[in-house]
Amino acid sequence: MELLLDSLFNGIAIGSVLLVAALGLAIVFGLMGVINLAHGELMMLGAYTTYVTQLIFKLPILKPFYNSYIIVSIFLAFIVSGVVGILLEKTIIRKLYGSPLETLLATWGVSLILQQFVRSVPLAYGTGLIISLIIGLFLPTTFSSKIKESINFKYFKFSSWIFAALTGVLTGSVISSSVSKLSRASARNVDVTAPSWMRGQVEIIGTAFPKTRLMIIVITLISVIAITLFLNQSAWGMRIRAVTQNRQMSDCLGISTEKVDIITFGIGSGLAGVAGVAVSLLGSVGPNVGGNYIVGCFMVVVLGGVGNLLGTVLASFGIGIMTDLIGAGRFLSIWPDMPLPLSNTINFFATTSMARVMIFALIVIFLQFKPTGLFPQKGRMVEN
Amino acid sequence: MRISRRILAGLATASLAVTATSCGGGGTSGSFDDTVTVGILHSLSGTMAISESTLVDTEKMAIEEINAAGGVTVGGKSYKIEYIVEDGASDWPTFAEKSKKLIDQDGVPVVFGGWTSASRKAMLPVYESKDAFLYYPIQYEAQECSNNIFYTGATPNQQSEPATDFMYKRSPAAGGDFFLVGSDYVFPRTSNTITKAQVKQLGGKVVGEDYLPLGNTEVAPIISKIKKALPDGGIIINTLNGDQNVAFFKQIQDAGITPSSGYYVMNYSIAEEEISTIGPEFLEGHYGAWNYMMSIDTPASKKFAASFKKRWGADRVVADPQESAYNMVYLWKQAVEDAGTFDDNAVREALVGQTFDAPQGPVEVMPNHHLSQTVRIGEINAEGGFTILEETGVVLPQAWNQKHPSSKGFACDWTDPSKGEKYKL
Repeated sequence: MELLLDSLFNGIAIGSVLLVAALGLAIVFGLMGVINLAHGELMMLGAYTTYVTQLIFKLPILKPFYNSYIIVSIFLAFIVSGVVGILLEKTIIRKLYGSPLETLLATWGVSLILQQFVRSVPLAYGTGLIISLIIGLFLPTTFSSKIKESINFKYFKFSSWIFAALTGVLTGSVISSSVSKLSRASARNVDVTAPSWMRGQVEIIGTAFPKTRLMIIVITLISVIAITLFLNQSAWGMRIRAVTQNRQMSDCLGISTEKVDIITFGIGSGLAGVAGVAVSLLGSVGPNVGGNYIVGCFMVVVLGGVGNLLGTVLASFGIGIMTDLIGAGRFLSIWPDMPLPLSNTINFFATTSMARVMIFALIVIFLQFKPTGLFPQKGRMVEN
Repeated sequence: MRISRRILAGLATASLAVTATSCGGGGTSGSFDDTVTVGILHSLSGTMAISESTLVDTEKMAIEEINAAGGVTVGGKSYKIEYIVEDGASDWPTFAEKSKKLIDQDGVPVVFGGWTSASRKAMLPVYESKDAFLYYPIQYEAQECSNNIFYTGATPNQQSEPATDFMYKRSPAAGGDFFLVGSDYVFPRTSNTITKAQVKQLGGKVVGEDYLPLGNTEVAPIISKIKKALPDGGIIINTLNGDQNVAFFKQIQDAGITPSSGYYVMNYSIAEEEISTIGPEFLEGHYGAWNYMMSIDTPASKKFAASFKKRWGADRVVADPQESAYNMVYLWKQAVEDAGTFDDNAVREALVGQTFDAPQGPVEVMPNHHLSQTVRIGEINAEGGFTILEETGVVLPQAWNQKHPSSKGFACDWTDPSKGEKYKL
């Protein structure tokens, strides 16, 4: 019983990391059909947001709230990665809808740029830049419709960007002068330390579970529930699904497909940021942190069936549980006296690296029989 | 024994210094008769840049020190050392390519370079085919002995073997079972093969072993295996690389695998630099084994740390790989001066038997192109350094490990033409 519980928990723990990382991709790749290779780097931005938030919460004014920084950083990471995603959509991806190969290459280029960006720009000024982007993109949308319709709107827009840039420079220099760790560029990996209430373990039915793992499971659950509710209950969710099914028809019926694209991509990118918070709790934060997850993300989405959230959820937990069963050699504990050749084979695959080989092999075999994944659904192929 | 060796080494360096000044003529700092350009080849970009750039800093410092003391004196002429720094870009074929460039195009007499075993294996054929000379400063898995490489880092019997011995006999977990964790590449696998053979000889038991693919940070299956194999604590030997250590220590601490509950981790890849990255709060109470530790309380060690901080910033630390890099520049200088020429073959002959009063204590170049070194076991403390617990005498290097089944009974000796790379003892 304890063995089963332990194995199940481990499987869910591994699976939830995969799921939270793949959730944003399931939307961007699944619903929009955009192959975004910079998805991992959007996760990385989320992880760095956590790090910056942590340091800012160490400042004397915010010190009393230090323990809650991780909750705040979840929202901040969503906004930061979401805004960068929106900018990416507006400037690059929009021009490339319908040409997946070019999108793939362009987003790969973006991923390299983002990696080098965090290496060579001091994080304080990076934060300033992100803040000015947020203000610059959202300030014009808050103007009253009267201003928007006036012929001088472009001047208003322009001046709001100037305001945004000034605010960005100001916050950048304030942060850089008050937090010395953020004032210098560094390629060195940095570390996020979980607040004390999240460290250690809790006992559930006689078995001890690490708290950070539980936290990641909770983050994943909330993200999945929120995104499901959004897609199925809200008006924008309905529009997104409509555009996914038939772009031309939705366009004719008066849905602004352009806005739908921006919102879908922004949400997908924002979820990548949330995933970044989750993975920063497990390891260190560095320019390459996202790249380690990108293959796993695509694997989960393809296995689950492109364009299907339920498939993504089941695929990630499936892979998680299989990783634990194979990697920790659980079959031997379940059936201790199996014949020798079989137990030797299982022992051979019972290391983390060989378990990965096995999982990949199993997925390849599975896709031979069901090339469209667990839950095939016809998604919008933008070029159609 | 140790003291007498140190005095000898001191005398040797002193006499060398005397000859250097007497032959140097007008070769005081500032005026040189000529210049000699050496090659420095490490990764300045990519994943290895963080580690390897510290070696470039150290090598530059050693060269500046030598120049300030009058440069290299060859045949009565004083030479100022200049250097060309090339970027290996954390990409192994690039290391080979840049080596060719340094040897053929720039005509350097020596290259100081490399960190990963993969980069060394990529460079090896270049140096062997051109009969050039590479100085390699990192502790590694050995099982290699090239006539064209000079290895100043520890071999397994100068690091992991004394460490395993300490863990099994004298650590708080003495007599406990072993679990081996490593990144999935050549160093951890070879090192663990040796550890397994040694634990068997000692009468202990290795109850499990696991390897994490490079770049993977999912430690959950390893933790459940450790808990299953060592339910009441034991010894964990860790050869994980770089950032994977961060994930490993964060997650094992959360899972209750800590010194206070009887689990002691011995690390072979965590030096002062890595401790500050991972955070001492995760590592306190675990162990490390190195030839050089910053906390060594000798004038040579303190001087080394102080000059590095003075040259590169007060927040910088020095660690074992940097010390090896520092030593190799000085050993090359001594060998060149003894040989009286920059010619590879003469320098190679003069190199064997060179002694140097290194920050770790006296070192000597052995006929197998490795160094005799002192091994230290340290406990990681809250300040991010090591509290040195044990210090061996000088340990001779084994290029071919005597516990590894494939190399047992073999040795390397380049001073005797009939022996060479691998001969039967």
